[in-house]
Amino acid sequence: MIGKHLLSMNQLTAHDITQILDTAESLRRVTDRPIKKLPTLRGRTVCNLFYEASTRTRISFELAAKRLSADVINFSADSRSSVAKGESFKDTAWTLEAMGVDAIIVRHGSSGAPHQLAQWVDAHVINAGDGAHEHPTQALLDLFSIRERFKEIEGLKVAIVGDIIHSRVARSNVKGLITMGAEVTLVGPATLIPREAASWGATITHQLDPLLEDLDVCYLLRVQKERQNEQLFPSLREYANLWGLDARRMSKMKADALVMHPGPMNRGVEIAAEVSESPRSIILDQVANGLAVRMSLLYLMLGSNEGIDA
Amino acid sequence: MSDVLITNGRVVDPATSLDEIADIHLTDGSIARIGTGLSVAGAEIVDVTGAVVAPGLVDMHTHLREPGREDEETIATASAAAAAGGYTAICAMPNTDPVQDSASVVDQVWASGREAGLVEVVVSGALSKGLKGERMADLGEMAGSAARVRLFTDDGHGVQDALFARRVMEYLVSVDGIYAEHCEVEALAAGGQMHEGETSHRLGLRGIPAEAEELMAARDIALAKMTGCRLHLLHVSTAGTVELVRRAKSDGLHVTCEATPHHFTLTDATLEGYDPMCKVNPPLRPARDRAAVIEGLKDGTIDAIATDHAPHAQQEKDQEFSYAPPGLVGLETALALTITELVDPGHLTLAVAVERLSTTPARILGLDGHGSLATGRPANLVVFDPAAEWMVDPMKLRSKSRNTPFAGRTLKGKVLHTFFNGKQTVTAGEVVRGALV
Repeated sequence: MIGKHLLSMNQLTAHDITQILDTAESLRRVTDRPIKKLPTLRGRTVCNLFYEASTRTRISFELAAKRLSADVINFSADSRSSVAKGESFKDTAWTLEAMGVDAIIVRHGSSGAPHQLAQWVDAHVINAGDGAHEHPTQALLDLFSIRERFKEIEGLKVAIVGDIIHSRVARSNVKGLITMGAEVTLVGPATLIPREAASWGATITHQLDPLLEDLDVCYLLRVQKERQNEQLFPSLREYANLWGLDARRMSKMKADALVMHPGPMNRGVEIAAEVSESPRSIILDQVANGLAVRMSLLYLMLGSNEGIDA
Repeated sequence: MSDVLITNGRVVDPATSLDEIADIHLTDGSIARIGTGLSVAGAEIVDVTGAVVAPGLVDMHTHLREPGREDEETIATASAAAAAGGYTAICAMPNTDPVQDSASVVDQVWASGREAGLVEVVVSGALSKGLKGERMADLGEMAGSAARVRLFTDDGHGVQDALFARRVMEYLVSVDGIYAEHCEVEALAAGGQMHEGETSHRLGLRGIPAEAEELMAARDIALAKMTGCRLHLLHVSTAGTVELVRRAKSDGLHVTCEATPHHFTLTDATLEGYDPMCKVNPPLRPARDRAAVIEGLKDGTIDAIATDHAPHAQQEKDQEFSYAPPGLVGLETALALTITELVDPGHLTLAVAVERLSTTPARILGLDGHGSLATGRPANLVVFDPAAEWMVDPMKLRSKSRNTPFAGRTLKGKVLHTFFNGKQTVTAGEVVRGALV
């Protein structure tokens, strides 16, 4: 079973992931109905505790909780502003606990913050992205989107391209994809790939072109523009030339191969505009599926007692 | 005129190559005689059958936090923690507020240490004004002050500018000072939260590579060779640094170094749970480096075990991992960790452990009154039961701060009595209040 908290993709077996994806599939049908709401979490309170700006993840969780009839409260603060105001992360956690919150969905710029939170509160904790560590629900919605197209994840060849070292999306996806039996290759300049990433079970390479024709999925990560100032690569132009997915590169990919991106995109850097809008791109499916996967998680973690602590 | 007779202990004194069951007669604060079957009329008898009597421990690396952060520790509370841990001398690091970079500040710390009266507070001085690595601190004036500063360091910061390091080393030769370095190239370590390696990359925490320490160690060894300055490397933590020091020593250079109990006990694997208590600088390293530190302590490449005792207020450690300050308290666990992790598993004999905890650090700091049980010396000694087990309870620490990663751990080796200049500062494990006052 999933466990009380979802902090890392490490804690999920292939069986757990399949259960989450299967449940998401059933729940998605609800969202196709005229009345898009289930009573499962009526009387339960879910708090979105966001210490980092986020639109899609917060809205997605909020909507997922509301579709299951939970009460939702949103608490947003910049990581450091709450410190400046004098209320610590721990005090905020205890305050929410005292108010009887059932689940805390936490986004934080500091890696490990959800782990610390889980030690302080009785509520369920769901990691909605922590520093450069993990973003498990992103990986789950990506797995859902891939499975939807290919039916099976096992044996697929997936390349994750770009800034692996600073990416929580990459860390969660590598774990999830490998657990589900995919072959993962990490692609990018050596400055953006941890030297030890081979121990994650992925293959490391620095050139994208030789891989393209064998790929089933080309997963592009956002290049943060400020990285340019850290001398991790010479320029955005050079990055786009060497690792960006443009129409020419995409044309080498198999007919049914997919292009994915966690958003927000830098069109013209890691992904060309025509690629993002091509039929191979399932970027908007990813967003839509995020809602179903998050409903599934809340349903499984909070919905029935058997599903929680067993 | 007071006489104390400590009877039936196993007396371990590496300085005089003594390791036998004997009695020790203390009179007027000094060691009068060591022998078997001693009897002194009117002496207070302290029977320590089954326990070890050793020279009082000497910590080369203690953060006392006074002046500036008296909410975290004071010279008095640090002295009490030190006495409870078996120490008779501790070296106060200069990163206080104000910084110990002038004669007036070092003398103030020194006088407060005397007033606390539980251990000898040896005062170190900053290398640079305000620890900024730009302008020399008042090196000669601190050396000549009442505190008689001998060890100089910008601990907490490595000296980044090689020319400045060279100039300070050259100058220190003329005032008989030791240049002690916190080896860390900031450009490589900036923003780092833990050791850079497999674990940091998996946890998504920015790493501090071993090379950040090793590059500066290598630079300083080269400059020490060039200038003839005495060099001491603080808290060495990597296999590479240990090897650099080993080579420097075999080249005949006057280089010494220390390692902490947490670096020979813990590895970066303890960071898995993001516990800020395990956040420390230099960071906990992988098993290979830990093994190299133990090997260095074994073959004498590492001269001293030093605590890097670094008290932090609870609210500062109770933060997100990235915001919590690095450091942990160590005065009350160092001896037991040495016994549990090094002596018990057979890495060090008890005599070598005492050498690393007392004899050698006393010699490096030039403390004639510590590190030896030779007749006529001041009676600075510790009595401990090497077999007694106890559980670390942060609430029972005498230190004002409780930031230890060893909470709940059962350790072997318990301090029973500490004598400082002949006065008992700890009796049956309890600190004697106002021992010297």
